[in-house]
Amino acid sequence: MKIGMVLAGLAAASLSAVVAFAEGERPPNRPIPDPQSGRHFATPDTLAIQDDDFLNPAFLWVEEGEQAWNRVEGTAGQSCASCHNDATESMRGVRARMPAYHPRLQRVVTLEQQVNICRTERMGAPALPIDSRPLNAITTYIALQSRGMPVNVDISGPARRFFDEGERFYNTRRGQLDMRCATCHEENYGRYLRADLLSQGMSNGFPTYRLKEQRVISLQFRLMGCVQDVRGQPPAMGSEEFTNLEFYLAWRAQGLPVESPAVRR
Amino acid sequence: MAAPIGQPRVRLPAQVRAGEVIEIRTLISHVMETGQRRDQAGNVIPRDIIKRFEAKFEGQLVFAMDLAPAISANPYIAFQFRAERPGRFEFTWTNDAGESRSATQELRLA
Amino acid sequence: MHTLKAPTRRGAMGLAAAAAAVALLPMPASAQLAPAVQAAVDRVRGNRTAQEGRITLRAPPIAENGNTVPITVSVESPMTAADHVTRVHVFATGNPTPEVAVFHLTPAMGRAQVDTRIRLGQTQDVVVLAEMQDGSLFQARTEVKVTIGGCGG
Repeated sequence: MKIGMVLAGLAAASLSAVVAFAEGERPPNRPIPDPQSGRHFATPDTLAIQDDDFLNPAFLWVEEGEQAWNRVEGTAGQSCASCHNDATESMRGVRARMPAYHPRLQRVVTLEQQVNICRTERMGAPALPIDSRPLNAITTYIALQSRGMPVNVDISGPARRFFDEGERFYNTRRGQLDMRCATCHEENYGRYLRADLLSQGMSNGFPTYRLKEQRVISLQFRLMGCVQDVRGQPPAMGSEEFTNLEFYLAWRAQGLPVESPAVRR
Repeated sequence: MAAPIGQPRVRLPAQVRAGEVIEIRTLISHVMETGQRRDQAGNVIPRDIIKRFEAKFEGQLVFAMDLAPAISANPYIAFQFRAERPGRFEFTWTNDAGESRSATQELRLA
Repeated sequence: MHTLKAPTRRGAMGLAAAAAAVALLPMPASAQLAPAVQAAVDRVRGNRTAQEGRITLRAPPIAENGNTVPITVSVESPMTAADHVTRVHVFATGNPTPEVAVFHLTPAMGRAQVDTRIRLGQTQDVVVLAEMQDGSLFQARTEVKVTIGGCGG
């Protein structure tokens, strides 16, 4: 164990050195240069549910999101559509490039957070709780408009600092099991963890209908589950830590088609 | 208080010929709370399920289903129907509290 | 930590795909049932004897998550006014309660086939009883393995 920790420390040190060298200049090397979507690790029965827009229960959320898009809420008397008109046009590609750097807030924001920024600042409506049903409905509806488009987040310039934070979280061992994200999703994908086939942990299918939860879940809800699975204390959904991690994960899945809403076990 | 019965989805094939046996697919948003789970305070979450589904064609019952808590959340139900003539389907989902939600769909023949 | 080092089986995906492509053959319906399940089956059966055959029960042999297991039940029948399936009962042998669903069928359906998604708390058998219009009874039974553990459990 001691040796393992020392090795891990050395690895972390050399990693941060590389990161420091590359910061703001050129893209870092991806540990998995040719990523595979989670669908490659799902059973045909699960994919049959995902690949049919009627069998896929996430479309209940899509329909709720579409209704919410056109519903006036808040003191300004506006709906999403008041500014953004037809989501099938205006939201095309948005999910593929989120999370993204927000120049005025000077930080990276997720799609969920951007919806709440619109609600509180433009509509005069209360923010929706992260991973709540109404917020997941809107983000699922928005994400669907990018289905099939390659994930393409921008980590350059002022966004890079947040990317680096996310990468650091990703590579930090945590929990009583002392595991980092890559322990499962890079060193052991394609192998079984008890009865579960480990995937590469690609985020291109979120928001996702999870068979276990029997509902649409947001990525950060799943991340909480991951941290709990290694018996760690997860940060809150919507926190800076998870937001930066989500940003790093999106870059990790760069180029994979958006599959939202995917269906996973 | 019973959980809301969400907006149902119903799908019939687009092109139907007279005499053809078609598949009618339905999906409705519902938690299907089993009555076996406990909340964080340790109290049993009361059972709250869709317990009955009925499909009528021109007022005649053509298919029905009694559901138990072992049906997954957001119940998916698909059944077959021989399309002899055009007409109107009415689908009804009823929960433990006796509240129900309906949807109608026109069957047109090519 | 050891959990991660032990499993080194590669080609697992191919195996899962091959297994899922094969619909399960019915198991002998005579294998003994738990008392609660037997009682539920007996309530439907009354003093009738259930025959083998006619029923096809499609379910994944290995369910990735027991909370959402797609099943298809079909029964060989002309579905005419004179000869049709009236009711199909679905039971699970290892759930807290055995009842899963009752389908009420009519000749207007033209084909006796129903699809739904069910919850299975563990690896267990799904038992199907089909009642015909003449009072005869058919039975089928299929095992579904439910994946528990790892991150999905």
